[in-house]
Amino acid sequence: MKRSETQRNPGSLNQSKKNGILRYLQRDWQLYVLMFLPMLFILVFKFLPYSGLSIAFKDYKVAKGYAGSEWVGFSIFQKVFGKRDFGQAVGNTLLLNVLDLVFGFPMPIILALILNEIKNRYFKSVVQTLLYLPHFLSWVIIGGIGYSLFSVSSGVVNVLIQNAGNSPIPFLQDNTWWLISYVLIGVWQSMGWGTIIYLAAITGVNSELYEAARVDGAGRLKQCLHVTIPCIRSTIVTLLIMNLGKLMGGSFERIYALANAKATEYTTTIPVLVYRWGIESGKFSEATALGLFQSVIGLALVIGADYIAKRLGEDGLI
Amino acid sequence: MSQNQYIKPRAWTKKRGKDLLVDLFFYGLLLAISMTCLLPFVHIFAKSISQEAYVIANKIFLIPKGINFNAYKKVFQDASIVRSLYVSVIVTAAFTAIGTFLTISSAYALSRVQLKGRKFMTFLIMFTMYFTAGTIPDYLLMNNLNMLDTWWCMILPLSFAAYNFLIMKNNFKASIPDSLIESALIDGASHFKILSHIVVPLSKPIIATISLFYAVGRWNAYSDALFYIKQRVDLRPLQLKLYYLVVAASESFKAEGGTAVGQITNPEVLKASCIIFATLPIICIYPFVQRYFVQGTMIGAVKG
Repeated sequence: MKRSETQRNPGSLNQSKKNGILRYLQRDWQLYVLMFLPMLFILVFKFLPYSGLSIAFKDYKVAKGYAGSEWVGFSIFQKVFGKRDFGQAVGNTLLLNVLDLVFGFPMPIILALILNEIKNRYFKSVVQTLLYLPHFLSWVIIGGIGYSLFSVSSGVVNVLIQNAGNSPIPFLQDNTWWLISYVLIGVWQSMGWGTIIYLAAITGVNSELYEAARVDGAGRLKQCLHVTIPCIRSTIVTLLIMNLGKLMGGSFERIYALANAKATEYTTTIPVLVYRWGIESGKFSEATALGLFQSVIGLALVIGADYIAKRLGEDGLI
Repeated sequence: MSQNQYIKPRAWTKKRGKDLLVDLFFYGLLLAISMTCLLPFVHIFAKSISQEAYVIANKIFLIPKGINFNAYKKVFQDASIVRSLYVSVIVTAAFTAIGTFLTISSAYALSRVQLKGRKFMTFLIMFTMYFTAGTIPDYLLMNNLNMLDTWWCMILPLSFAAYNFLIMKNNFKASIPDSLIESALIDGASHFKILSHIVVPLSKPIIATISLFYAVGRWNAYSDALFYIKQRVDLRPLQLKLYYLVVAASESFKAEGGTAVGQITNPEVLKASCIIFATLPIICIYPFVQRYFVQGTMIGAVKG
């Protein structure tokens, strides 16, 4: 492996004689050394777990290990698909993600368009700093804040509601209200951060277009509708498609931090069910099968989204 | 932003009046929305330093009453909370150092066009972004490696992130000219030397960004600790401890050391002080790191 200075030079005579992998190893051994640890991490912590997926097709017993457990074909999947929890989890995962998309997706666009109308730089930067803040907080903290603000007996929002003479609202203790709170908290957490990409896209809009529109007599609304929005359309479409690819995903941490014993109808989603089956009850084969189901659908959605994006002439995702 | 003001002084027309109204509406709306991001913290902070009686009577809104810091004293007296802060700091520091190191070295190596197998290795890394084995295989791997209930299960598995790698690689490609590296190579510098003496010094902002991505991500995550830390209660990071204390409320505060201060018993006050205690580190660094985060996100938006 020891190379002298001249031999590392791509043009040196020594190398042109050798061929194949050895030559590249000799020339670029330092780069391969640099890649060694990252590749080791990827192989051990990302690719080695793929072998664990085999237990979705096996009757996994911890004592027997991966290799010793018996193959059972697709019977684990049949068992999983037949469970009542499964249908509920898939339904909830889709429901929560669709609601997130419907309410969470347009919000950053609207905010970015409004921010674009603000001319006072200081006001704008203060507002942006505040809007970005929730993105930096963990879901545990957001959950804690949520309970502190919205609890029926002592939450400040309900205190205000009661002071105004109305009856308190069980924001997190009733199923339907929980769903609303879950979506609103999610929108609140992500709306500010989501504006960054749109603001960057708006900055790229050619200012001559605005001038031309003004000469033609377009007001602010018309400039927004006919200049800004068409110019950031491709960004919007790309992000929309990217979000469609995430419909089967879902953050375990977000749901788990907001879930409680009183409102359980919508909290059983796929990641939560995987946790309950696998880590809480030790039903590893079933939990793995469920996780694999989610990953495969997720991958298919991403590939589909990428295909659609490219067909529409936008930048792909992959 | 891109709309320049008219240079000539404008008369007070109907149009201008309407414009002003629209402006007022926008300013008001943004003010209201941004207040939803600020006021919850003001409220919870007020709660945490107010006298218990006012909190129980639901008298605290934004201004604390009967200011005292007994709740914070109690938080600091709970050895398990202080311990969890210590765990979080150590884990975050180690995780960030390892993650940043792996990201820099792989991004540099894979941004060199002459490297054979570059596309294949990049593919291997990017593949993990779109298809993961899932919670249970990861858990069983930790089990097989005997890493459950150790420090390592929180430090190693997630410490190399494909997304951060992509940002770093794109940035190296865009900001460091190939000719610079090539001329250094011709001058006889090794790749290690180029990396440490040219690339790293030239890429300080992106390195800061990436290490902050790692640090904040690690600091905030709690699900892996929830999965992997079962018996060793002393290895719970702050967020997990906070989860048990505040969200699940399955654990209570233990004042250790004997001296009971102020006899705070109301869980609301203690929860509030805990939330502020856990948020403060983020709020303190936030104004300084926000800029890096915004830049990183914009680079990340440009695909590889």
